[in-house]
Amino acid sequence: MALGFLTAKTLGLGFRARGAAPALGLGFGQSRSLHTVELPDLPYDYAALEPTISAEIMQLHHQKHHQAYVNNYNTAQEQLEEALNKGDVSKVVHLQSAIKFNGGGHINHSIFWQNLKPSKEGGGDPPHGALGWAVDQDFRSLEVLIQKMNAEGAALQGSGWVWLALDKESKKLRVETTANQDPLVTKGANFVPLLGIDVWEHAYYLQYKNVKPDYLKNIWTVINWKYASQVYENEVV
Amino acid sequence: MASSPATLLLSPGGRASQPSLPLASHGLRLAPLNLPRTPKKMESCCSGNSAKVIAYYGLTTPPYELNALEPYMSKRTLELHWERHHREHVESLNKQLRNSSLYGYTMLELIKVTYNNGNPLPEFNNAAEVWNHDFFWESMHPDGGKLPWGGLLQQIEKDFGSYSNFKDEFMHSALGLFGSGWVWLILKREEKRLAVMKTSNAICPLVFDDIPILALDLWEHAYYLDYKDDRETYIRNFINHLVCWHSATVRIVRAEAFVNLGEPKIPVA
Ligand SMILES: [Fe+2]
Ligand SMILES: [Fe+2]
Repeated sequence: MALGFLTAKTLGLGFRARGAAPALGLGFGQSRSLHTVELPDLPYDYAALEPTISAEIMQLHHQKHHQAYVNNYNTAQEQLEEALNKGDVSKVVHLQSAIKFNGGGHINHSIFWQNLKPSKEGGGDPPHGALGWAVDQDFRSLEVLIQKMNAEGAALQGSGWVWLALDKESKKLRVETTANQDPLVTKGANFVPLLGIDVWEHAYYLQYKNVKPDYLKNIWTVINWKYASQVYENEVV
Repeated sequence: MASSPATLLLSPGGRASQPSLPLASHGLRLAPLNLPRTPKKMESCCSGNSAKVIAYYGLTTPPYELNALEPYMSKRTLELHWERHHREHVESLNKQLRNSSLYGYTMLELIKVTYNNGNPLPEFNNAAEVWNHDFFWESMHPDGGKLPWGGLLQQIEKDFGSYSNFKDEFMHSALGLFGSGWVWLILKREEKRLAVMKTSNAICPLVFDDIPILALDLWEHAYYLDYKDDRETYIRNFINHLVCWHSATVRIVRAEAFVNLGEPKIPVA
């Protein structure tokens, strides 16, 4: 349905890699006629990203925020189904914003959890291989890319996300931002998210307060470049 | 409009001479609604004996102690929200205006001009957020909550059906905001009626030429330390315990100078 634009190929990879979810990476259940979504497990403990991101933030972010997007998306889907069956077009149109927001919240956070990894398990290790080359080619160096993402994330007004995107067509990497819970695909059908950083205040406020640049600076110590590389290779090779 | 900052003179005490703002009965300073605001912080330029005065916008202090809204809004939240977030907007704005052709505008002019009909200039976010936060501090009071009274209550009953309908609509609207932003009680200038409005990020009703009566900050920084993800309790506590109906009354009385509300008559506060 509304999330059909996501290929299992794009997102399923990371989920399959940790052996938790079946091929439908976002946890779309097929037992019901409605494709309800589920909260994915985190591939690490809540405290595993400390001191970069506190256990309290991780737990609230996953159990409360992400869970709310999942619940609200499923509710909106049910209402949509009902409205479609009734032929209530204005209700169908009205529901689009809730579906975009909550469906986007679910997509984005599902990617975000995969983008993070405890430092002692390789989080923060720079990308090697094809993605490493591509970063150097398209941004000169990893440092330049990081600076660019930090600057765009810090400058983002309100809530949103900063992305490292692969343009499938040109095979080029680029930095994008999206507002609120808009998923990357709203910026272009060709864009595949390799890395998304949540710059909503809930992602850092308990720990970093108003100092968003420090959150952005520190998060690179727990970025899972291996996941980004796998997605990249999956698309390019 | 008011004199531009560049033409302000220093009084002997080194402070800008400016008309004092009207005081409400319990000492609230009222944000001028349709009156242009005079920038407050002054800094004299040090080049020789030059009499040139450079004026910047100032950080307005909330009209109560920072712990006065506890337990509904903690001192820690206000310290960060006012002394960090609000101050950052003031300082960033002044920095932006230093070499800008926008220097010298009153705050309300600046907000409208930089909104640029929906294609905001870089200064818009800071300008609007400075104004929004001033307006927000004065939308709350330690002895707030309770019920509106008199003409304002009658206007609410006229436009929403009942006070509890208004409350429901305010809650519903605030809960339905996607992302960061504000929810407002406004007076719609054209329709001459009260309404609830939500806006994204820094946008305020002034840019639509509506008259704000109350504001609630729905950025996560406004409630996260106290309520975490529980936005609903934050909104409910604002309405039940913090909202300053006195400010709202004074604002609507002033708005009546510009909008004829007809019956019911709202008595002067
Ligand atoms: Fe988030
Ligand atoms: Fe705020």
